[in-house]
Amino acid sequence: MKLDKQRYQQLLAQKSPPSPLWKDCLKAFLFGGAICTVGEGVSNFWQARGLETADAAAATSITMVFLGALLTCLHLYEKLAKHAGAGTIVPITGFANSIVSPAMEFKSEGLVLGMAAKMFVIAGPVLVYGIAASVVYGLVLFLLGGGGAA
Amino acid sequence: MIEHIGRRTLRFTDPPRILSHAAAVGKKEGEGPLSGRFDFVTQDDRMGQKSWELAESELQKTAIRTALQKAGMQKSDLDMILAGDLLNQCTGSFLASMQSDVPYLGQYGACSTMAQGLALGACLVGGGAAQRLLAAASSHFCSAERQYRFPLAYGGQRTPTAQWTATAAGAVVLGEGQSRPSRAKRDNAAGLGKQGDGHICITHALFGKMVEMGVTDANNMGAAMAPAAYNTLSTLLADLGAQPKDFDCIVTGDLGHVGADLLLTLLREDRIDLSPVYSDCGSLLFGDEQDAHAGGSGCGCSAAVLCGPLLRDMQAGKIKRLVFAGTGAMMSPTSVQQGQPIAGICHAVVIERSGA
Amino acid sequence: MNWMEYINAFWVGGAICAACQVFIDKTRLTPARILVSLVVIGVFLQAIGIYQPVVDYAGAGATVPLLGFGYSLAKGAAKAVAEKGLLGVFTGGVTGAAGGIAAAIVFGCLFALLAKPKSKS
Repeated sequence: MKLDKQRYQQLLAQKSPPSPLWKDCLKAFLFGGAICTVGEGVSNFWQARGLETADAAAATSITMVFLGALLTCLHLYEKLAKHAGAGTIVPITGFANSIVSPAMEFKSEGLVLGMAAKMFVIAGPVLVYGIAASVVYGLVLFLLGGGGAA
Repeated sequence: MIEHIGRRTLRFTDPPRILSHAAAVGKKEGEGPLSGRFDFVTQDDRMGQKSWELAESELQKTAIRTALQKAGMQKSDLDMILAGDLLNQCTGSFLASMQSDVPYLGQYGACSTMAQGLALGACLVGGGAAQRLLAAASSHFCSAERQYRFPLAYGGQRTPTAQWTATAAGAVVLGEGQSRPSRAKRDNAAGLGKQGDGHICITHALFGKMVEMGVTDANNMGAAMAPAAYNTLSTLLADLGAQPKDFDCIVTGDLGHVGADLLLTLLREDRIDLSPVYSDCGSLLFGDEQDAHAGGSGCGCSAAVLCGPLLRDMQAGKIKRLVFAGTGAMMSPTSVQQGQPIAGICHAVVIERSGA
Repeated sequence: MNWMEYINAFWVGGAICAACQVFIDKTRLTPARILVSLVVIGVFLQAIGIYQPVVDYAGAGATVPLLGFGYSLAKGAAKAVAEKGLLGVFTGGVTGAAGGIAAAIVFGCLFALLAKPKSKS
């Protein structure tokens, strides 16, 4: 038989099991929701301590990053993530995981070229495009005459 | 001497003998369905080393050391070491043999490395370039993940078609065939190569071509490799004028569940039914409850399944004629990121047990 | 304690994650691309004034997902441009997200140094 690419791609699509979409989504919903609920609790905690809204939001981010980093260090985040999928990737704890995990992994290549250089290997693009987008937005506001949306 | 038969198959007129074999595996692999059929199972995947690369080389070293011990040989008895793994520049293998003082040839055939080493080794021995040599291959889940995918502690999700890189190593000592009286007599006197009452020999080899069928998903390597396995196995059967039932066992390593299913489907369209004698090393290594998704992969997977369970079964006479077809996916993180397709490759050797 | 705010945080946060899961499963987009898209979309949604009401309704349900990271970048940019003009274009975004970024770096180093390597099974 002469194999041709087109036919093989059809066969391949037929024989490769798809990801279980509904199950994955349900788990992402539950885990992601749970992490956000924890975040709400943390935010209330900081507000109860007398922090104003903006500062409480920053403190919440820092706390959530701390929790994500801690769970990563204890090798628990990867276990949650196996089930949670996007539920653990999308919250800011996942951002922390994406920074701490390469730092841990590449420590064996040294503290400068290993740990520090590889720290942003996954999260780097998030900062690059996020910050670039914020500058573009700022520039548009500036050109329109001074940031009315603030 | 080496004869060409059919289109691409090589036949050894004086088949090189497998003098000994050994397999060393990680914890998860040792707990799978093949539990108890490996020479060495580590409880610590780090092997007491300070990096995963060193851990992998230590595992390969263990397999090499055990194979030599079982043959009653020293490293200095070897003319050559052919070894390979998945890492850049074959890091695991060169580290393992760095102090061996034996000529070394690094092999890279992705998961087909063990079959490549055996086929090439058989040619070197059969052609008179070496009298005794060792072929080895290894892979380690942790060293492969950090090179090919994500850091271990990163919370990613694996797709159902993804395969699990085995933490495993296998080694085989090959020696000259029986018709070289001087050396063979010496081997017999030392009890070398006596596997029960018979000898285990490599009778044929077939080097595979790369076959590219437009697969780009690095999480579906079984699909990328199946067409190459189809090409190699159908060529081999045609060259030998053989049917699948002429063999006790035809194994591929490591197509996994998805690739194995595709291979059987492709052959069925040619009216070849492989299923009665077919197995895949990737499907054999892990049980369904071990969460390995589509099965095992990595050079060490087929190497350890061959050097552990399969060659033991040949030694015991349960398998007399085996086709070992190692399958590899030709890709690198760079080629995938640059959008290049993944090609498959498949090298095959025919291993026979002679005598009672 | 208002338990409705917890329910809102739960379902909005969960819904954002579930929507991203659909993209991951259906498009085979790598997680890094999803994260980049989320942050940029977060900046955009805040810029056109859609995200602030979501944050007011869901609290952490909107700020904890990475969309919220984009939201703080955009909010910081708007504030700084209003106060400092052109200079704020450059300083605003990073200022808004400074806490999270610095925390990630510091805790990243700290925990990487403390962590023990461990195989997966």
